[in-house]
Amino acid sequence: MIPEIGHFSLILALLVALTLGSFPIIGAARGNTVWMGLAKPLSALQFALIAFSFLCLAYAFAAKDYSVVYVANNSNSQLPLQFRIAAVWGGHEGSLLLWALILSVWTLAVSLFSKHIPDAMRARILGVMGLISVGFLLFMLMVSNPFDRLMPAALDGKDLNPLLQDPGMIFHPPMLYMGYVGFSVAFAFSIAALLGGQLDAAWARWSRPWTIMAWVFLTVGIMAGSNWAYYELGWGGWWFWDAVENASFMPWLVGTALIHSLAVTEKRGSFKAWTVLLAICAFSLSLLGTFLVRSGVLTSVHAFATDPRRGVFILAFLVVVIGGSLLLFAWRARTVGRGGKFDVVSRESFLLANNVLLAVAALSVLLGTLYPLFLDALNLGKISVGPPYFDAVFAPLMAPAVFLMGVGPIARWKDAALPELFVRLRWALAISAITAIVLPLLLGNLTPMIGLGLFLAFWVFASSAELVYQRLRKSEGGLLAGIAASSRSWWGMVIAHLGIAVFVLGVTVVKGFESEIAVKMHPGDVAHLAGYDFRFDGVESRNGPNYTANHGQIHVSKNGVLRTVLEPEKRLYTVTNMPMSEAGISPHLIHDLYASLGEPLDGGAWSVRIYHKPMVEWIWFGCLMMAFGGLLAMSDKRYRLNKQAKSAAAGQGQRA
Amino acid sequence: MLKARHKRFILIGIGLALIGLAAMLILNAFQSNMVFFYTPSQVAKGEVPHNTGFRIGGLVEMGSIKRGEDGLTVHFVITDTAHTVPVEYKGVLPDLFKEGKGVVAQGSVGADGLFVASEVLAKHDENYMPPEAAAALKSAQEQSKTLVMPK
Repeated sequence: MIPEIGHFSLILALLVALTLGSFPIIGAARGNTVWMGLAKPLSALQFALIAFSFLCLAYAFAAKDYSVVYVANNSNSQLPLQFRIAAVWGGHEGSLLLWALILSVWTLAVSLFSKHIPDAMRARILGVMGLISVGFLLFMLMVSNPFDRLMPAALDGKDLNPLLQDPGMIFHPPMLYMGYVGFSVAFAFSIAALLGGQLDAAWARWSRPWTIMAWVFLTVGIMAGSNWAYYELGWGGWWFWDAVENASFMPWLVGTALIHSLAVTEKRGSFKAWTVLLAICAFSLSLLGTFLVRSGVLTSVHAFATDPRRGVFILAFLVVVIGGSLLLFAWRARTVGRGGKFDVVSRESFLLANNVLLAVAALSVLLGTLYPLFLDALNLGKISVGPPYFDAVFAPLMAPAVFLMGVGPIARWKDAALPELFVRLRWALAISAITAIVLPLLLGNLTPMIGLGLFLAFWVFASSAELVYQRLRKSEGGLLAGIAASSRSWWGMVIAHLGIAVFVLGVTVVKGFESEIAVKMHPGDVAHLAGYDFRFDGVESRNGPNYTANHGQIHVSKNGVLRTVLEPEKRLYTVTNMPMSEAGISPHLIHDLYASLGEPLDGGAWSVRIYHKPMVEWIWFGCLMMAFGGLLAMSDKRYRLNKQAKSAAAGQGQRA
Repeated sequence: MLKARHKRFILIGIGLALIGLAAMLILNAFQSNMVFFYTPSQVAKGEVPHNTGFRIGGLVEMGSIKRGEDGLTVHFVITDTAHTVPVEYKGVLPDLFKEGKGVVAQGSVGADGLFVASEVLAKHDENYMPPEAAAALKSAQEQSKTLVMPK
């Protein structure tokens, strides 16, 4: 009964979304305040209905209701409760429901925290989000219903893919979706601006915190996914340029360009049409990413042959959203205006260069991800483009972007002078260049890539230090007053940029200095790597709730002193009969020691992989710093409601 | 001082040149890093490149896995049910590598016909066949049909 109630709730939600997607937008066009006023209560109602539907599905999982096809396919009675709940988004249908739920959360949030936005614009924003919601709800109800029944009911479920039975599964997908779907707010703001023909500094100030928030979630989501892959896949890698990863990375690249372009739109009134275009692209890529990962098209482009309706619906939905918004852009972009002029050398032009580089990088990922799919779909042969392509493309594209991060914040708006910039940054340049050559020589491995990576990382550190130093020097009355004198959004930028430097440093060091061995080890055997002795002490049997495991122990010592014990595990999930490696990792600021079990060999021996990963944790720490910088920038007082209402009023006064 | 109009031209010119450069770089990298996929039948017929690496896919033939003394060098045979390719790989195999299951290997083939794999991929799902492996089996089946029933 409960699944039917959930299904019914979803149908009601579709009706509400249809109303939300039509009346407020028409009302805004006709100046009908009653119709516009519908947007807020409808947003709340839509959230309540979808949340209720989601709870119904979660209940079906928790209560082990295997008469629901989706539950039977993605769960099992042996599965622990937290994974039964996470299994709600373990498959195609449920993750669409999570998507719709998160969209309704963002819609509700916008309706609650938008008192300062003019009625017509708020009505249009919420209306556009309602239309997106219509698409997803229709898709679920027509071809991907998570509440479909199984007759007769299964005795037990097929179990969640063991790879997904991990705490990462509980946090990573919701975070990632918060990011993906969050860009729908920036998208809706842009469409509303195109519809209303109004795009000014106030508009940019309203949409900036939302966009940054989505970007923060996406950053944390990608970081969590990368960390999860690192310890779960047992290969010691943290990024594989896999299509699934690329699908989340493309919106991140464009979203990063978007938050920079929005800054220019707010501060200088430039880049208006470009900002709108980026917002459309960021959300389009989020949609594309969702469908790429969740439609099965990556497993086989011909997967749709089994259910062509899904493929047709997805393609039609993408065409309507992307094509429609781009058409609207082509038609209305001129109404939003062009903005101020700027010189060839100015902060605007540096930010423009950063935007172009990020956009080109996103395009290169798009090419590498979609081209093999197209070839395959057209039966022109199967190819794969792996890490070598992305590595070859990314270093030359990102190196200038990171270099500009040091210059941009120091350059003046509108008209900067190269000689002056050089004088201000000469120490930063010297320090980073020397470090880039001396440090690798001391560590005994100087390659062009290591030199470049270290140069860029220290360049960002040093130029940020110069930037902060100049700011603090000018202010009077002590260090704390100096810190407080700069806005939170400025500090947020500095911290996020330092996060990039920490990230680049981590990537450079781990790529340049990591080492690994694969050995056959009998119990008692000792392997040597990076100055450490790894003694394999054999395995013992251990049983988990739904798996049996061989639990290994490896004592790690240096110069006879015990440092740590690694406990890699080889599990066999009994329901799916699927083996899984759980790596044993000793994480550390300086380096990770990492071991994973391969397969059992003769006489109690195992094949074992051991990795030494210097500074690998810095990669994720850098991501967290970026996210923290974003949070700090979002909390800037000029985005806060009461202040904003006043400054918005002032802004309107200025225009008039 | 340059006129504003000239400056704009310079800006646009530099921008276009850089984007053109980036496009060249990307397409070049793309072309030189494409890895093509072949079936064991194509390998048997010698339709594969000899100087560059490629991927093959199919099933790991039953009873074909043989381990070397060091426990890490593995020999096995990939089949698409019509033809077979002997493979050598040194390293730890993925969790789901099993006889009778789908597999994809990347590497190159020597003059002796031995495929030396640098990477062995077996995806994480017991029921899930790597798409390349499935394609190899399917094309082998289709070819055997046309052999049995010539028109």
